[in-house]
Amino acid sequence: MIDVHRQAFKEEAYELLSELENSLLELEERPDDVDLIGRVFRAMHTIKGSGSMFGFDDIASFTHEVETVFDMVRNGKLEVTTTLVNLTLSARDQIKSMLDNSDGGGADLETSGRIIAGLRALASNEGPAAPAAPVEPKAVKPAGGARMTYRIRFVPPRDIFSSGSNPLNLLSELKELGVCNAVAHTSGVPSLEDIDPEGCYVHWDVILTTDQGLNAIRDVFIFVEDDCELRIEVIAEHDEFSAQESYKKLGEILQERGAISSDEMAGVLAKQRRFGEIAVSSGLVPEAEVLSALVEQRHVQAVRQEKQSADAANSIRVPAERLDMLVNLVGELVTVQARLSQTAAGRGDAELSAIAEEVERLTGELRDNALNIRMLPIGSTFSKFKRLVRDLSAELGKEIEMTTEGAETELDKTVIERLNDPLIHLIRNSIDHGLELPEVRLAAGKPRFGTVHLAAVHSGDSVLITIKDDGAGLDKEAIRAKAIERGVIAASAELSDKELFALVFAPGFSTAKKVSSVSGRGVGMDVVKKAIDALRGSIEVASVQGEGTRIMVRIPLTLAIIESLLVKIGKDFFMLPLSLVDECVELTREDVARAHGRNLAHVRERLVPYIPLRERFRIPGRVPDIEQIVITEVNGVRVGFVVDQVIGEHQTVIKSLGRAYKNAEGISGATILGDGSVALILDVPQLVQSVEAEAA
Amino acid sequence: MAKVIMTADDSASVRQMVSFTLKQGGYEVVEAVDGKDALQKLAGRKVDMLITDLNMPNLDGIGLIKGARALASCKFIPIIMLTTESQDSRKQEGKSAGATGWIVKPFKPEQLMAVVKKVLG
Repeated sequence: MIDVHRQAFKEEAYELLSELENSLLELEERPDDVDLIGRVFRAMHTIKGSGSMFGFDDIASFTHEVETVFDMVRNGKLEVTTTLVNLTLSARDQIKSMLDNSDGGGADLETSGRIIAGLRALASNEGPAAPAAPVEPKAVKPAGGARMTYRIRFVPPRDIFSSGSNPLNLLSELKELGVCNAVAHTSGVPSLEDIDPEGCYVHWDVILTTDQGLNAIRDVFIFVEDDCELRIEVIAEHDEFSAQESYKKLGEILQERGAISSDEMAGVLAKQRRFGEIAVSSGLVPEAEVLSALVEQRHVQAVRQEKQSADAANSIRVPAERLDMLVNLVGELVTVQARLSQTAAGRGDAELSAIAEEVERLTGELRDNALNIRMLPIGSTFSKFKRLVRDLSAELGKEIEMTTEGAETELDKTVIERLNDPLIHLIRNSIDHGLELPEVRLAAGKPRFGTVHLAAVHSGDSVLITIKDDGAGLDKEAIRAKAIERGVIAASAELSDKELFALVFAPGFSTAKKVSSVSGRGVGMDVVKKAIDALRGSIEVASVQGEGTRIMVRIPLTLAIIESLLVKIGKDFFMLPLSLVDECVELTREDVARAHGRNLAHVRERLVPYIPLRERFRIPGRVPDIEQIVITEVNGVRVGFVVDQVIGEHQTVIKSLGRAYKNAEGISGATILGDGSVALILDVPQLVQSVEAEAA
Repeated sequence: MAKVIMTADDSASVRQMVSFTLKQGGYEVVEAVDGKDALQKLAGRKVDMLITDLNMPNLDGIGLIKGARALASCKFIPIIMLTTESQDSRKQEGKSAGATGWIVKPFKPEQLMAVVKKVLG
């Protein structure tokens, strides 16, 4: 494309040069012919101008010398002589030879120098020589630099339109430089009969914040600055803004701009009303001036605010305690709201009910939002596991591929942190016990690569995390044998697969034949189970021998607030996590008598063992005639809890018991009820476990 | 509709370059070989902008600017003159004749487009 232009220039230049030759020869005969002189000048001028445009810089600078001389001839400062014509002719030949070299350069510098010297000598004989300023393209200004705020007053000439300039174009050009606010002053517009429709009566104040520098602003006005009134002042460097608490007062701006004197300002200030209003109403300052100053004030404030928000970016870091505090408060609110709803329902007051409903809706949203703040995607944990898998496979000589799914699933931050160790343990187990060595896998007709699949998915108010491997699977007989050996089950016990697999979580249970650095130290799965229980989650194993194992961990979305069932024993309130509760049935005196002290209830043709909480917690008082059994299901086992009274569902904000009660068995936390009394939250899995342990 | 820009220059290569650059920028271009040719063409059709060289045979740039401003259709259009650094006095002359601005030769296509955008909005 550039070459096309260069070619066009060369053709044109050859043409001009041959025309130049003729003109010069004619000129020798008629040295006074102004037309001829003009033609020679124009030819040189065109070769120079176009040459430099298409990269023939040597030709351009050389021709410039000739052009300078002929400019003098044209202006009558120099006469056409034979010497001049001879020199010009050789210059013409020189240009031609420069053109012949395709790149325009590589000419005989000596000849060029000689011709230029001759031309200069001619020129200097006649008055001072014109300075041979080389034509250089203007360097492009580097953009960037400090962010500054400028105050620009632009008063265009009345006849600006007749020069084809549009002031609005200039303003929009300014706007492209940065953050820009413009105020038009229209006080100069005359009444209709006096107006010249082609004149411009408006002038502008512009506040501009830009990092392009003063020259960029001047460039905008380059074509008009000679004719217009243009004032550009720096009002602040950007950093200055942040240092200052608040920007200048309106009066200060006006004073700085010279719109008001300090005496006048003092007079206005003495009246102690809004400065702008007084200044205008007292006729000291035209309204537009005040408006313009106001715009400046706002502009600076906006820029500063923008900077601050840019500093803060899109996310903020907040200490976790503050979030916990927020969640706690929301929890309290939830409690109070529940009470409000209850009271409103009891009163039958329609107005109160409407308010209660509104509060309930808002509280619900507030709760969800507050809890959401603490949610993080589980993906970061997943990527840590990838590293673990890589290291382990090298250590154990197994070839393992890990796939993940649902990395974007969100969980409460604390939950994610506390899930880390159990999950590592489970993955180690899968790799160490589950996946076979490559040779074994090939022999079993499986791909050489073992796969560990890690998936997380939302399910209701909990997250289901699945760790699946395509390894050897659990050996049911080995588990059974080990369980009998360790006395965990009786030799005659009939167990479902589910129950059997659940045994691997029993304390001190490990089926690994040899102890490796990875697993099998006997502190395996029971530790995992405890950690998951502490998160109020559940864990389940499914396995097919030879095909692989799947471990499913179910974790509630958040630890802070749970749905629970509120029950009462004597005067004390207790909570059971609703997710564990299956059903509630009555327990009568007859049932107790029929069970012969064995704590078993008959529920729909099945025996369900129960734990009388009144006894367990040694609560004094009279046992009511009809008690309630809350039947829970933990790890596939149904266990009932006997209480005096079931009150109902409750949104429970969990409070930890503090260090003093850390070891209290059977209690996982506490909550405060609407009336201020405390309810303890039952640690159902632990209660079941301890009762089982006592029985054994 | 594309805006129409006239380029008046006796140098074919400059005309070609200006014309090529403007067409790439999405403008329609009318070419004129000198001031006289330009004025004739301006009388016949409306253009949105004029880019003219100063040194041209028959009628030079200054004459063209004056002539164009006298036409009702060209009274307020932007007129850009192509000058060289050594022509400061001519630049002033052009301005008082009614030129909007100028481009100093030599210039690059980007510079030309920047000026066109500037005055044409």
